[in-house]
Amino acid sequence: MNTNKNQPVVGLFITCLADLYRPEVGFATVKLLEQSGCRVDVPTQQTCCGQPAFNTGDYSTTADIARQTIAAFDGFEYVVAPSGSCIGMLHHYPELFEDNDPWKARAEDLKKRAFEITSFLVDVLKIDDFKVDSNAPAFNGSVTYHDSCSGLRELGIKAQPRQLLAKVDGVELKEMEESETCCGFGGTFCVKYPDISNRMVGNKTQNIVDAGAKTLLGGDLGCLLNMAGKLQREGHAVEVRHVVEILAGMTDQPALGEAQSSVKAG
Amino acid sequence: MQITSPDFKQNARIALQDVGLQKALGNVKTGFPHKRATAMARLPEFDQLRDEARDLKNHIIENLDLYLEAFESKVLENGGHVHWCRTSEDARKTILKICQEKNAKTVTKGKSMVTEEINLNEYLEANGVTPVETDLGEYILQLRGEHPSHIIAPAIHLNLEDVSETFHANHHKPKSMDPAVLMQEAREELRNKFVAADVGITGANFLVAETGSSIIVTNEGNGDLTQILPKTHIVVTSIEKVVPTLEDMTLFLRLLARSATGQEFTVYNTLSTGPRREGDQDGPEDYHVVLVDNGRSEMIASELREMLRCIRCAACMNHCPVYGAVGGHSYGWVYPGPMGSVLTPQMIGIEKGALLPNASTFCGKCESVCPVRIPLPKLMRYWRRNEFEKHLTPKAARWGIGVWGFFAKRPALYRQLSSFSNLALRTLGGKKARINKLPLASGWTDGRDMPAPSGKTFMQLWSEKQKNGASS
Ligand code: SF4
Repeated sequence: MNTNKNQPVVGLFITCLADLYRPEVGFATVKLLEQSGCRVDVPTQQTCCGQPAFNTGDYSTTADIARQTIAAFDGFEYVVAPSGSCIGMLHHYPELFEDNDPWKARAEDLKKRAFEITSFLVDVLKIDDFKVDSNAPAFNGSVTYHDSCSGLRELGIKAQPRQLLAKVDGVELKEMEESETCCGFGGTFCVKYPDISNRMVGNKTQNIVDAGAKTLLGGDLGCLLNMAGKLQREGHAVEVRHVVEILAGMTDQPALGEAQSSVKAG
Repeated sequence: MQITSPDFKQNARIALQDVGLQKALGNVKTGFPHKRATAMARLPEFDQLRDEARDLKNHIIENLDLYLEAFESKVLENGGHVHWCRTSEDARKTILKICQEKNAKTVTKGKSMVTEEINLNEYLEANGVTPVETDLGEYILQLRGEHPSHIIAPAIHLNLEDVSETFHANHHKPKSMDPAVLMQEAREELRNKFVAADVGITGANFLVAETGSSIIVTNEGNGDLTQILPKTHIVVTSIEKVVPTLEDMTLFLRLLARSATGQEFTVYNTLSTGPRREGDQDGPEDYHVVLVDNGRSEMIASELREMLRCIRCAACMNHCPVYGAVGGHSYGWVYPGPMGSVLTPQMIGIEKGALLPNASTFCGKCESVCPVRIPLPKLMRYWRRNEFEKHLTPKAARWGIGVWGFFAKRPALYRQLSSFSNLALRTLGGKKARINKLPLASGWTDGRDMPAPSGKTFMQLWSEKQKNGASS
């Protein structure tokens, strides 16, 4: 590992769901960053981005969490997460503080440094010779991509993951209808309005299945857990992964919600 | 109109099971968005027009008093009357008084959401004046005793079979499933009513300060007959509809038609500027404008101010996946969809309306299509904050956020909680690595599985890796 001084220093914001459900997503993100010449650290003072409180209208708890997150990532040149939704939340932090509050400027500063992983690779590092680790198991098959709402509409993430996927040998992208329509996860929404959420994800899985791809990819675990759970309940064979797993060549792990034994080689 | 917004969840549950409604909603989801996208693609400067419209609306709201007074003086100059009504009740009384002065038995009505907002029909009826809706959709709804489920396509929740049955039951003619035949029936029924009406009531899409005109846009031409044939024309509208000049109006008309129906221009754009003048071939003898405030001037001073830019195009609901799933009636009052989720709590109170701004995933689609760039998710979040600060958030949710917040503010404890939850979920998932029944999250697992975590938490694994010195 080279440690040159110009190496960008990145703090990984792991996000609750990747931490809890899918550590591979965190390791894949670290791998992609290191492969691109960054030095990565994971500050231990981080917890959640605060979205559940923010979307429930509890601004005081949100501001407490925001201050904690801002402090945790002090000194990092960049903050990167495998989620458009959580980075989108970090971008909301300045709204939580009055203009004369010193935290406002710190929040603005964090906002400038905070990026979703695919956007970071493409827009910040401007990697145009992206290659999957040649020692990694090859991925062969068709994929379809769900554009998660916050990433798409708050951060403008649409082309970036596709641009990177285009560089992965053996991946064929089959776009689904309405890839930009919400899957119905919505954080606390799926708990507060389960019936509506369930209908929305049902519409989504219909489009996913119709696309005829082997694998569903996306950039946000909340949405992916939601869609994976629905696909599995409906008995569809589409496997679900976070896009970084493909990009980092980490598809030897079972897909979301799949048992160890069902892993197929290659 | 009875408010059922507090029953939103139950309304939604019923709507999701309603086969006919779901079929009808399929048309909203595919039809309107597609037409809008096509119209947009044909107008390269569309986004620039949106910016202009947003800025102009902001300017108008900033100077609303000036433009309204300018409008009023023009109307007076043209021989019309202007009535300022702070509340729904003021507006209802004012309108009834005009009808009574004219000894009106029936009034014809063009489509107007403001008259829905002030509950005009029931009030007139209770006071001996019969309102007759002349917009085809509204006419069908009136026969059925229903209210609009959409702000520009009021009967969008119905299918052809429903209309056929309703007409058969009311018109006493042979049952038909041919839209052209049904339309002809409605036309015949309405023709006599147009002629017999003593007063015509319309809404207004815009009011023009420079000329004192009001304009309505329709695709049926019913508005023209409503405002020209009766001796008295009453325009019932709300204060934020005013625009400075005719040219400004056309900017909004271009955006409105494209955002609403994907048309380049609505078929009938009908301006009315005061009563009939000497030598005019037609027009009313008396012209009244009833300006309804109903909480709007309060919004100017609040964080909801941006909502006053709304031009009622319905693009937000046409593109909303929640509206598309549950339809407009589930929202339980006049205005549905994202714009309704912001307006309704203002008009019926957050106590009754709180479930609406919560019924959003914040997917942001509405904001992305709004022709005047209203940040609808932000305004819905404003209401959630308001609800939380007034301690109206349901106890379980408040408690949940409290407990979660306690941990989220303590990183070490939070990691322990994550590790614990991770282990619990993995245990529940077992060999299958997924959970199909989770007691505390039955809302999730009733309809879908819950994938189980694939290993320990990232934080656990990361720190193990650091300790082993295995860092790459
Ligand atoms: S909020 Fe925007 S999109 Fe919705 S009706 Fe109003 S103007 Fe149209």
